[in-house]
Amino acid sequence: MIDTGNYIAAKAAVMAKPDVVAAYPITPQTTVVEGIANYLEKGEFTGEYICVESEHSAMSACIGASAMGVRTFTATSSHGLLLMHEMLHWAALARLPIVMCNINRVIGPGWNIWADENDSISQRDTGWIQFYCSSNQEIFDTIIQSYKLAENEKVLLPVMINYNAFILSHTSMPVDIPDQREIDEFLPKFKPKWNLDINNPVTFGNIIGPEYYIKVRKAMQDAHKNAKKLIPEIAREWKKKFGRFHGDLLEKYRCDDAEYILLAMGAIAAESKVAVDEMQRKGLKIGLARIRTFRPFPKESILQLSENADLIVIDRNISVGSEGVLFNEVKAALYHKSDARVNGFITGLGGRDVTYKDIESMCRKTVEGKANECEWYGI
Amino acid sequence: MGEIKTAGELNKKYLREGMWPTIFCNGCGNGVVLEYTFWALEELGLDMDKVAFASGIGCSSRLPGYINADGLHTTHGRAIAFATGLKAANPDLTVIIFTGDGDCAGIGGNHFIHAARRNIDMTVIMINNFIYGMTGGQLAPTTPIGGIATTAPYGNIEHPFDLCVVAKALGASYVARWTVSHPYQPIKSIKEGIQKKGFSYIEFLAPCPTAYGRRNKLGDIQRLWEWYDKNTILIEDYERIMKYGDEKEKERAKKMIQIGVFQDVEKPEFFTEYQKLVERLQGNTITKTSSVKSKKMVVKK
Ligand SMILES: Cc1ncc(C[n+]2csc(CCOP(=O)(O)OP(=O)(O)O)c2C)c(N)n1
Ligand code: SF4
Ligand SMILES: [Mg+2]
Repeated sequence: MIDTGNYIAAKAAVMAKPDVVAAYPITPQTTVVEGIANYLEKGEFTGEYICVESEHSAMSACIGASAMGVRTFTATSSHGLLLMHEMLHWAALARLPIVMCNINRVIGPGWNIWADENDSISQRDTGWIQFYCSSNQEIFDTIIQSYKLAENEKVLLPVMINYNAFILSHTSMPVDIPDQREIDEFLPKFKPKWNLDINNPVTFGNIIGPEYYIKVRKAMQDAHKNAKKLIPEIAREWKKKFGRFHGDLLEKYRCDDAEYILLAMGAIAAESKVAVDEMQRKGLKIGLARIRTFRPFPKESILQLSENADLIVIDRNISVGSEGVLFNEVKAALYHKSDARVNGFITGLGGRDVTYKDIESMCRKTVEGKANECEWYGI
Repeated sequence: MGEIKTAGELNKKYLREGMWPTIFCNGCGNGVVLEYTFWALEELGLDMDKVAFASGIGCSSRLPGYINADGLHTTHGRAIAFATGLKAANPDLTVIIFTGDGDCAGIGGNHFIHAARRNIDMTVIMINNFIYGMTGGQLAPTTPIGGIATTAPYGNIEHPFDLCVVAKALGASYVARWTVSHPYQPIKSIKEGIQKKGFSYIEFLAPCPTAYGRRNKLGDIQRLWEWYDKNTILIEDYERIMKYGDEKEKERAKKMIQIGVFQDVEKPEFFTEYQKLVERLQGNTITKTSSVKSKKMVVKK
């Protein structure tokens, strides 16, 4: 199948057979839910599909449905994701395995619809697992894998699958789509551990004192730790069944013997592969570690990479008043354990194009010792 | 009324030329509503330094960007909440809001309800094209039953909103609905709405040939305009038919969209009442800090 990231996401969502989809339109997410509506029209999607009145309601409806113990899906972007913020916390704290696509787009004012990762980065602390994809195939594979991860008893957390506006959402690529039967084998029907059930009444969101609340948070943290183990397991099971592998928590690309390792996410990471090939051809020993999961954060793998190489981090986001968020987290991962140098670049905000040439020039500046610890590129 | 006689002169005065060309498609109703608003402003002779515009997100919400005046182009659905702040900071401003059916009846419904309930002095101009136009034609809370949207390719099954009825029930001071094909009534209503001290809601049925008309096979622009004429009925005619018409006429009238002035009443306005409250309370504070004697005087008042 050759299609855009969004239609591929719709296909994956429908093949995962969610019982409830609730969504509100926003550019550039619209074609995900329009795609699902088309499958509904053709009779290929048999779940409930509700066009709710806001993203806040979309997430609320997914929470309600998930609490009933059924599989749910939604998709959003930018301001839509921000409007969900309260419900994102709720979904994660209630440990509901909702799966959502977020198409990374700029936040306004300064109204703009292009790629920028500040929308999902600012949901960092909600407790959601966050994937960042670099190809349409990875979008498909990650959506199916995410249900398996989210619904695992040791995890029971919502999952957000992020990909860049237009660069992936509206760009067609060939994607291998497995048979429904194979998907069903990989992803059996969801059997909830807890759900609203008249025979065994439970209350989600009940009042809770300090003595237990802290334990709830700790349990979420433990679930993220478990996810760290499960993500590679699920990725390997997928590889065995379908022959494709996009990496564990991060994907290493030409890192052997590298003196520098580039760290990036999303579309910039895909472009970085081209840059790495180009630089290695010219004799620079630079590899790439593409961050697939920003939450849980692949701290251990990054520390390992820093044993033999200095790191260059590219962020398509900024924590204003501090630095690029990935840059920040990478340094924290090394603290007191590694003396690798870390350089950071902030670029591509507001949809500024970042080509392999730009990536090469950021790397060269670092290698030549001319880069500041953290700088802007392409202003 | 000013010197202006032609649309060209009008545009020169009110349009922000640097923003041209607009993003609007051929046949879009948004420009027509903007033109009606300009005529209303011109006829009222308002000082544009004392007028501020606010809008949410949508094609219709782009309008303030094209006007040579202060404007807040806010987030989807929140224009009325932002405008409440505008008005609170300077109650002397004339505040006009441009919003769409999705913006106002959908995601922003709650703000609409509360501003109307408080009767805040602002004029909400809602452009109802039955669809989320800007995002490419998804189902709106105003899409008629059976209407085709990209998120409802099989035809809508949801009951649509009638915001005029809602606004009237909430006690808004002024409520009217017209279509873009009416040449004079819209200007008159916008003028009345602006002059009204209270919450004014003026809805325009306006074509979106790109995201609604095309998908619903409503035909070319001319047929789209005719559609509005054929499918709307004046409130007065509707009521006459309901009283004196035969069953067939009644059935037909019930299927049509009512247009006209739904409500036009005088009613205490929020910020005016608030000002009175402040004056009363300040009166109390003075008395508290001063002698018992003067307190009694205030009470007597
Ligand atoms: C929180 C949020 N959700 C979704 C959107 C995407 N969005 C932009 S405009 C729009 C619909 C606008 O519809 P309407 O108000 O009817 O205006 P029209 O374009 O039809 O004039 C939507 C859903 C957004 N900008 N912000
Ligand atoms: S999409 Fe519809 S509402 Fe938007 S500019 Fe075009 S015609 Fe107007
Ligand atoms: Mg609309």
